[in-house]
Amino acid sequence: MVTRLMNWFDDRLPLTATIERHLTKYPAPINMNIWYLAGVLLVVVLVIQLASGIWLLMNYEATAEGAFASIQYIMRDVQYGYIIRYMHTTGASAFFALIYLHMFRGMMYGSYQKPRELLWVLGWITYVLLCALGFTGYVLPWGQMSFWAAQVILSLVGSIPFFGEELLTWIRGDYLISGITLNRLFAFHVVLLPLALIAVVFVHILALHEVGSNNPDGVDVKKFKDDDGVPLDTKPFFPYDVMHDLYAIGVFLIFFVTIMFFYPDGGGYVIEYVNYEAADNLKTPEHIVPSWYYTPFYAMLRAITFPLFGLSAKFLGFVVMAAGIAIFVALPWLDRSPVKSIKYKGIYSKFFLTLFVISFFVLGYLGSVTSTPERTLAAQIFTVTYFAYFLLMPFYSKYEKCKPVPDRVQLS
Amino acid sequence: MQPKSPPNPGRRKFLIGATSAVGAVGIAGAAVPFISAFNPSAAAEAAGAPAVADISKLAPGEMIIVEWRGTPIYVVRHSEESLNEIDKNLDRLADPDSDTEVQPIYAKNKYRSRKPGISVLSAVCTHLGCAPKYYPQLGVVDFDSEWQGGFFCPCHGSKFDLAGRVYAGVPAPDNLAVPPHYFKSDDILVIGEDGDIA
Repeated sequence: MVTRLMNWFDDRLPLTATIERHLTKYPAPINMNIWYLAGVLLVVVLVIQLASGIWLLMNYEATAEGAFASIQYIMRDVQYGYIIRYMHTTGASAFFALIYLHMFRGMMYGSYQKPRELLWVLGWITYVLLCALGFTGYVLPWGQMSFWAAQVILSLVGSIPFFGEELLTWIRGDYLISGITLNRLFAFHVVLLPLALIAVVFVHILALHEVGSNNPDGVDVKKFKDDDGVPLDTKPFFPYDVMHDLYAIGVFLIFFVTIMFFYPDGGGYVIEYVNYEAADNLKTPEHIVPSWYYTPFYAMLRAITFPLFGLSAKFLGFVVMAAGIAIFVALPWLDRSPVKSIKYKGIYSKFFLTLFVISFFVLGYLGSVTSTPERTLAAQIFTVTYFAYFLLMPFYSKYEKCKPVPDRVQLS
Repeated sequence: MQPKSPPNPGRRKFLIGATSAVGAVGIAGAAVPFISAFNPSAAAEAAGAPAVADISKLAPGEMIIVEWRGTPIYVVRHSEESLNEIDKNLDRLADPDSDTEVQPIYAKNKYRSRKPGISVLSAVCTHLGCAPKYYPQLGVVDFDSEWQGGFFCPCHGSKFDLAGRVYAGVPAPDNLAVPPHYFKSDDILVIGEDGDIA
């Protein structure tokens, strides 16, 4: 019966073939480690965000007058509304935590190198979309931090020479951040950006399944195949990966619901306290900070305090901040190393990757506290070391001495 | 019998070019409403109409906040004393002569005002848009030991003098903007229009 039903489908749709290619028989390298869980967890979080987002949408009101009150309505009056909202806010932070781990995994094991350049670029696009989703979503509750974050971030557009002010008015649709601005950011957050994100994630996974997963040794598992043409150092996705992924999802959800139930504010990091006050366009909060996942880039923005080449400090800060996000996309072409994995790369690659991680965390801290002259200097230094990882890579990756790479994957 | 396909590549090329050109014009035309709908609507433009303020009760040294286009506008009547001292901190200012065009031409002067003694300033910090606070007192304040009166932005520490001129070495790049304004009479200030540029 089931076989006959499947045959009926298979004559009309490549159903079995698709399931086998992308799920059950997808060959996953046998030496994948814990870092490889971030990808599947990101898919889980995507589903959580879509579900909780749609449910929030049922009670949210996208107007300057009603937005803040509708959030309170969701929190107090809608049955389990507070769980749905905390699920969404916790999901936003989880999304970024996981994508940073996922990106770092790729940087560690050279997963962006040939033939995975396009896979990396697609992943980078999902990161940029996620940044846009995070920003637009943050504005929707229309609290003080929502309003002033929108004011600060959108005003960066106004710093573009010549046509910045006109462009800013066009983006806001008003002469100030108003309900009109809220409505368009709302349209982006609930329709345009999620559609784009789902589409790019889909293509990202298609591309992954075309080139195959990289692994901690960075060796090509397709070099040695058995008689059926299946790479020797792989195992089928079902049941092997499905089983340990399910276990990982279980552990992840324990952490997720712990934050969601007991620490939904995340100490002011997941939901900032200033945002418990409704937006007031005549009163600036004492201390404007972005969400934790943008703070490294916010620190870069503030680090540029001097004009250069006739360009204002503000515009240069904007450029440096954007470059900090954009430069990831260039990685496949900056890395000239003959080996992929950090395990076999030379001492310089290890040094600069460590320096990058330190810079990222220090900038993240500096972006979350008020600036003082000493902190600004520190932010300037670590902005330089952050970019050094990328911009010096063509040199240190080419001339350093690498270790010999084995033919097959290593199980330790 | 198969219809004979005419190979004529020149004709194919022309037709593809012509179709693409017409298609591009169509897309450009269709983009107009999508791009224009992003501009401020008629209602938003109407809400951006000039604001009128009565300054007859504004005493020297006092400030009122007038809302224009949703942003606060500071209107300050300076005391005689502070007007005389306005150039005392000149060497600490980044743009004392208002060379950056953030004010109408009639406010490009020492006091950055249309009428000496009345400052009309946009209370939007030129750094990242916070509202600077008014500190008219002279002497030692929390953030400055030789303060000559002016505005201090609590967000990132930018300082401006009483005429809205920015201090050097602070994050804000420009002087506070002066919105277009004119005096309908001695006491009636209109913000948002230039009036007659005399």
